[in-house]
Amino acid sequence: MNGEAALVSLRSIVKGYRRGQQTVPVLTGITFDIMAGEFLALMGPSGSGKSTLLNLIAGIDRPDSGQLIVAGEDIGQLGEADLADWRARHVGFIFQFYNLMPVLSALENVELPLLLKDMSRAERRERAELALSMVSLADRMAHLPSELSGGQQQRVAIARALITDPTLIVADEPTGDLDRESAKDVLHLMQRLNDEIGKTIIMVTHDSRAAEHAHAIMHLEKGELSGREEVRK
Amino acid sequence: MLLSLIFRNAFRHKLRTLLTIVGLTVAVLAFGLLSTVVEAWYAGAEGASNARLIVRNSISLVFPMPLTYRQKIRQIDGVKAISTANWFGGVYKEPKNYFPQFAVEASTYLDLYPEYVLSDSERKAFMRDRKGALVGEKLAATYGFRLGDTVTLKGTIFPGQWEFVVRGIYSGRDAKTDVSQFFFHWEYLNETMKIRTPRRANQIGVYVVEVADPSRVAEISLAIDSAFRNSNAETLTETEKAFQLGFVSMTEAIVVAIRLVSYLVIFIILAVMANTMAMTVRERTAEYATLKALGFGPLFLRMLIYGEALAIAGLGGALGIALTYPVADAFGKAMGTLFPVFIVSDLTVGMQLACALLVGIVSAVFPARRAARVNIVDGLRSMA
Repeated sequence: MNGEAALVSLRSIVKGYRRGQQTVPVLTGITFDIMAGEFLALMGPSGSGKSTLLNLIAGIDRPDSGQLIVAGEDIGQLGEADLADWRARHVGFIFQFYNLMPVLSALENVELPLLLKDMSRAERRERAELALSMVSLADRMAHLPSELSGGQQQRVAIARALITDPTLIVADEPTGDLDRESAKDVLHLMQRLNDEIGKTIIMVTHDSRAAEHAHAIMHLEKGELSGREEVRK
Repeated sequence: MLLSLIFRNAFRHKLRTLLTIVGLTVAVLAFGLLSTVVEAWYAGAEGASNARLIVRNSISLVFPMPLTYRQKIRQIDGVKAISTANWFGGVYKEPKNYFPQFAVEASTYLDLYPEYVLSDSERKAFMRDRKGALVGEKLAATYGFRLGDTVTLKGTIFPGQWEFVVRGIYSGRDAKTDVSQFFFHWEYLNETMKIRTPRRANQIGVYVVEVADPSRVAEISLAIDSAFRNSNAETLTETEKAFQLGFVSMTEAIVVAIRLVSYLVIFIILAVMANTMAMTVRERTAEYATLKALGFGPLFLRMLIYGEALAIAGLGGALGIALTYPVADAFGKAMGTLFPVFIVSDLTVGMQLACALLVGIVSAVFPARRAARVNIVDGLRSMA
């Protein structure tokens, strides 16, 4: 771990989804902390609630009850607009299927989150080029996502997640759609972001080999934490 | 970058977008043409003067008035000039070759209608020849009439074969002037009728009255009609515009039907466009969810969708408007003298543009609302 303070603090988090008349519980009283600079993997069988937990931490879903403080903000209390603004400032997203805009080039995709910042076009371009260089895609800037391999697309997504210098990066099955080599590259890249620039990363994965790149693995089962395993110093 | 994203999104499905643009182009073109037809219907009234009055038999236009009314009308206070015209209703070769023909008091008629522009030499030639005729340039172009040509009309109201010699081809002072008419000397008609049907001689279809002060038209109209009250041929006097609108009102149902069809065309394309936008938004749910996750608010998503709809509608509208001019020109020519004035007005173009933009905006209302309200988690899940 690279820091001391808890960046994410969850207290008695409960979340369920309505299915017709019934509410299906997904998370039942989750309490734990994630330290700044930590690279944490969330693992568990399908339906264990790991993606729901990640969505709550990333501020794209709300708990039914409990307190969720991320980067000093009780995000459960924020309104829609404030929460969107908070996400733009604090969270970088890496999705399983990359979620790039298909009509924008790699450079434009990376530049996209900067539209929300008060920044000149030249400044946006400069930062996007730098971010793409960091993920070794300087020579693919003008390419559309359809012209890139899966691994390259995920690296573009990582550059997009980094561009706003977020407080934490959330990754939902970032290697789930990649072949083994590409997955290895992406995981090494994420590990470097954590090791070299201290980014806090929370990653949901089914893949135990992917999870080994994290500092710790948090196991979930039936909506509850079933254990924490330290894997890397 | 926002504009770039809007345009690239608009052409992501090229075939679908192109077909929608083609549909819009056709709809806007059809709307423009139909509006121009409606305007052409009113063209006579639009080009009419408020300073001219038309005096006709109060029973019906079919019934004439005595020539003796001329002097009496001329003496009424406020009347500056007077002339006469009789509807001739002849057939040129075949009944389908329709164009309006009037027997007019040549010495005064042209002075009352300065909008008919004629060279001095042609005017003199017309005045000199009792069988002379003046034809509008559109009529001349339609039937190939040239100066010196003999034109034979078969009379329907005034039976017999009537021969005329084209002595002048007039043009219009402005685009609203009717240049598809045929004028000849009333004296020629009257003298012939004196021989063939004496009881129909010295009869006038309408008197055209020019007033000195257009603000007094109501008062002068009343004075003229009062002068012939209780006579054998009571008169009805109205402004030339009201007189022309009277004709239009006879075919009001057609105009209303044309208007309805033109709005229906726009409504249909609105439904097509709305469907296109709804499909578009449904397909991009995951993208909108991603944008929201990244911190973009509902306003940004609405801007994307409204922008895309307006870009497609704007392109279709612009193409439709651009095509309206040549198509209307060709249509006007094909219609010959049926529509004497067939021009695409600024108002029509403005309405076409407004319709296109309205289609763009309305078609985006529900898709934009749907995108703005997309639940991020559900939207992202739709990609898996």
